[in-house]
Amino acid sequence: MSYGTLWGACRALLARDLALLWRRRGDALNPMLFALMVVALFPFAIGPEPQVLGRIAAGTVLVALLLAGLLSLDALFRSDLEDGSLEQLVLSPHPLALLLACKIFVHWLTTALPLVAIAPLVGEMLFLPGPVQPVLLAVLALSTPLLSLIGAVCVALTVGMRRSGMLLALLVLPLYVPVLIFAAGACNAAQNGLPVAAPLLWLGAGLALSLVLAPLACAAALKISIS
Amino acid sequence: MNPDPDTPPLLEARGLAFARNDEPIFGPIDFALRHGEVVLMEGDNGSGKTTLLKVLSGLVEPSAGAVLLNGEPLTLARLSHQVALLGHLLGLKGELSPLQNLRFAIGLGGLRAGITPNQALLSVGLEGFEEVPLRQLSAGQKKRVALARLLLVPAALWLLDEPYANLDREGIALVNRLLEVHARRGGAALITSHGAYAYTSGTPRRIPLKAVA
Repeated sequence: MSYGTLWGACRALLARDLALLWRRRGDALNPMLFALMVVALFPFAIGPEPQVLGRIAAGTVLVALLLAGLLSLDALFRSDLEDGSLEQLVLSPHPLALLLACKIFVHWLTTALPLVAIAPLVGEMLFLPGPVQPVLLAVLALSTPLLSLIGAVCVALTVGMRRSGMLLALLVLPLYVPVLIFAAGACNAAQNGLPVAAPLLWLGAGLALSLVLAPLACAAALKISIS
Repeated sequence: MNPDPDTPPLLEARGLAFARNDEPIFGPIDFALRHGEVVLMEGDNGSGKTTLLKVLSGLVEPSAGAVLLNGEPLTLARLSHQVALLGHLLGLKGELSPLQNLRFAIGLGGLRAGITPNQALLSVGLEGFEEVPLRQLSAGQKKRVALARLLLVPAALWLLDEPYANLDREGIALVNRLLEVHARRGGAALITSHGAYAYTSGTPRRIPLKAVA
């Protein structure tokens, strides 16, 4: 008889969620296409002047990514709640918070990471000044997991309700604003040749804090929604 | 295995009651479930059978009374590998095949000695459906996949919510056979039923659950 290990449980969950995403790969691509469309439409609406576009490039990419992440957020725990998988997760002998952290990781991996990967290309498209490029990448690497973690807590709180989409947006946006402010602050500082360490460190601190606390909060909220 | 009066019962409920927003759902009830026992919990629709199973599995806190597992108070942390719940929601993914679903269940809950997912699917009569996406199976076949999961995970206590629903006559016999084998090797099971189907082999103890007016 084998009782399975925590690592085995996390691996099984990661494998299952990735397999599920592969089955729904058309839907999984939606956020990425959305972000690309937003970024591609800006030059048409504002005009092709490199100075203007270069000025707004970083902010445009940040907002597009933030909204794209919001698109897929609502589905994070919904199907698990509706088909009873969540009950099985809660009843499993492993810490729920860690299992949920795996789910959030998959969400980040499949919605945010591809966008971070194409960010240099998008930056080039919008005439993002060269020195800002690495800063934008660093900002995205720190802020996208933070957004996924914060979003997951809000989803866990609202998933038990019907038609929770609007409520979710209302809950999430105020919490996203500080992240956006620090992220944009770093990009602006880089654009003006100022040091960027402070906002990046703030984002890093936020990420460290939410890496620890967000899965615990998710676990507590989801236990309430299945009872 | 003969029930030994000295060992504490696998599951014991003492004065167990549950109320939602001050509206009583069931109880207070007392019962004990020993190793090797299958107990049928009978009640009409709305008598709180599903809620009772949720309380017994530790998903929901009771409003009064206590649940003891092997003589110790039940907490989610102490459940580890002892309880398997089969509810109305089967906890299976429609996009994945039965085999993928079972492999996930094993990763999450562990594996009983001497059985593989393929053997489990064979013994619930789903040979040849291993790789078919679950959503293409009928409701009864999905239920059988969930029954295969019970065979695989090493839980001693099965909490089954209406296990006979959606099953054909052969499926009902299958559930009875699984329960018999499980009881013979020292496991215990609590089954809820609204009475339309019955556990036919042996004479299981019946506990009536009355709706609280």
